[in-house]
Amino acid sequence: MSLKSRKMVGIGATGVFMFATILAVLILVILIFEIVSSGYKDLDWKFITSPPSVLSAEKAGIWPALMGSIWLMALTAVISIPVGIGAAIYLEELTVKNKLTRIIEVNISNLAGVPSIVYGILGLGIFVRQFHMGRSVLAGALTMSLLILPVIIVSAREALKAVPDSIRQAAYGLGATKIQTIWHHVLPAAVPGIVTGIILALSRAVGETAPIAMIGALSYIHDAPKGVMSSFTALPLQIYNWISYPQKEFHEIAGAAILVLLILLLTMNSIAITIRQRFERNRQW
Amino acid sequence: MKIRPVLFSFAAISAALFTGCGGDGDTKKIVIDGSSTVGPVSQAMAELYADVEKNVAVEVGISGTGGGFVKFIAKETQISDASRPVKEKEEASIKEAGFDFIEVPVCFDGLTVVINKENTFATSMTVAELKKIWEKGSAVTKWSDVREGWPAEDMTFFSPGSVSGTFDYFTEAICGESGNSRQEKTTFSEDDNVLVRGVESNKFSIGYFGFAYYVENKDRLTAVAVDGGSGPVVPTMETITNGTYSPLSRPIFIYVSTEAAKREEVAKFVEYYLDNAPSVAKEVGYVPFSDSTYALIKKRFADRVTGSVFRGAPAGTPIDQILTGSGTN
Repeated sequence: MSLKSRKMVGIGATGVFMFATILAVLILVILIFEIVSSGYKDLDWKFITSPPSVLSAEKAGIWPALMGSIWLMALTAVISIPVGIGAAIYLEELTVKNKLTRIIEVNISNLAGVPSIVYGILGLGIFVRQFHMGRSVLAGALTMSLLILPVIIVSAREALKAVPDSIRQAAYGLGATKIQTIWHHVLPAAVPGIVTGIILALSRAVGETAPIAMIGALSYIHDAPKGVMSSFTALPLQIYNWISYPQKEFHEIAGAAILVLLILLLTMNSIAITIRQRFERNRQW
Repeated sequence: MKIRPVLFSFAAISAALFTGCGGDGDTKKIVIDGSSTVGPVSQAMAELYADVEKNVAVEVGISGTGGGFVKFIAKETQISDASRPVKEKEEASIKEAGFDFIEVPVCFDGLTVVINKENTFATSMTVAELKKIWEKGSAVTKWSDVREGWPAEDMTFFSPGSVSGTFDYFTEAICGESGNSRQEKTTFSEDDNVLVRGVESNKFSIGYFGFAYYVENKDRLTAVAVDGGSGPVVPTMETITNGTYSPLSRPIFIYVSTEAAKREEVAKFVEYYLDNAPSVAKEVGYVPFSDSTYALIKKRFADRVTGSVFRGAPAGTPIDQILTGSGTN
């Protein structure tokens, strides 16, 4: 191949890849544009703070669903973060590699690929029925925790793995115990990676419909949850509910609810980025 | 050590979440679940009732008629929404669980057969023709197969999914047996809006779904006049209420647990439900019964008459006849 034709191939390939990138971004832009243009006019403070309505799309709001989603997310975080990081520290730092840990590792990776509806069935069977939690926020959060734990564990392990061994050696060299080393040096260094994994996992939990529909979160409820045993509904379910109504006005306010969900997700992602940057700034390697 | 503030705020959030984690205090809860067809009526009632009784919270879930009964049997709900009468098996399970139910019809839903706006020939069909189209193993693929003289154009079919009460009722009323439906070239969807769009965009298609979805899409679809033996009848509020749109108008129900009906707030809510059914039904796209029918239903509830009188009643039987016929036991 002559130099010229090789250059041509290079230019062609660049074009193809650029097209792929633009296509991906374009789809996202169209999607966001669609949502914003169909949702923004129904989005006001009243829409945020009103209970839902079947009688009039104008009066309908998302308060119980929004608060339900926030409760669900907060509770899921409280349950899954300590367990997830704990498991990751154990597997990565504390245990020796043997057959058992290998089996656990493979299982966790496999669990990350299980369809979410399966977790819903599990949650319905165990938390709702067996443990008599009913259709409470707690049952929902536990189910969601099961769903996202594999993701948190895998990403936290990767983050811990990325901490250079020299940091551990230095701590040991100065007489630190294993736990002190992990607590004061390894874990802070791994925080950016861990937090990124957690936020991505939580974002997934917020957007999931199947498991909460399965455990029977409600489609109509007048009030926001008051405690962990309150029944609840969540934004994705409310959106799904409105889309299935015959009246077009409800399809439009569903657009506004999608916009709120999107804002919620973007807010979470920006929190993640902020935390990551703060910790990265303090990193000394 | 920079991890400490993160840990601290985390602990604070957890503590905040779990403190005072009890339940809903003094509010009394009524939980309803079941059919997506009845769901909007129950949701509207719950919504209105929230302004009437501040300390009673009515919650409505949607998990299908069958799914609703599963929760009803498990005593997770007090009222079950149903777009078909309770099945024998379900009734047996309810009795096994140690309680009984009161069957309360709330309004009519008219199943509507629809065709594309541009289709001007098939605006009226007999039940026999509909059966020919929809029954299992149907040989119909072109409109000319349905009636001679109609164009030899390929048809496409749109049907509600098999777990919906709408599907159950239509197949029973038209094809003679619940679940007896064609499968070939048929799009099944639980989302009625998918069916609306499907028929709207295919010139030679046919589909069916609840009356409410037709009302909202009147200008995009044509409703087929159904001939049940006494001439073709178009579904309208009037023809559904007076029973002439037959056999495709069906009553939809709530089932009230006898155990729960002993609770004052549940009994009051059901009474409120029946008082407001005529206006609410219209608002969410269904068709109310006549006043005399509601009087019969209220009396049945007041007397706490248990058991199902609608199960096994042939599709299209006048509702008053069902209610008064073998109405007591």
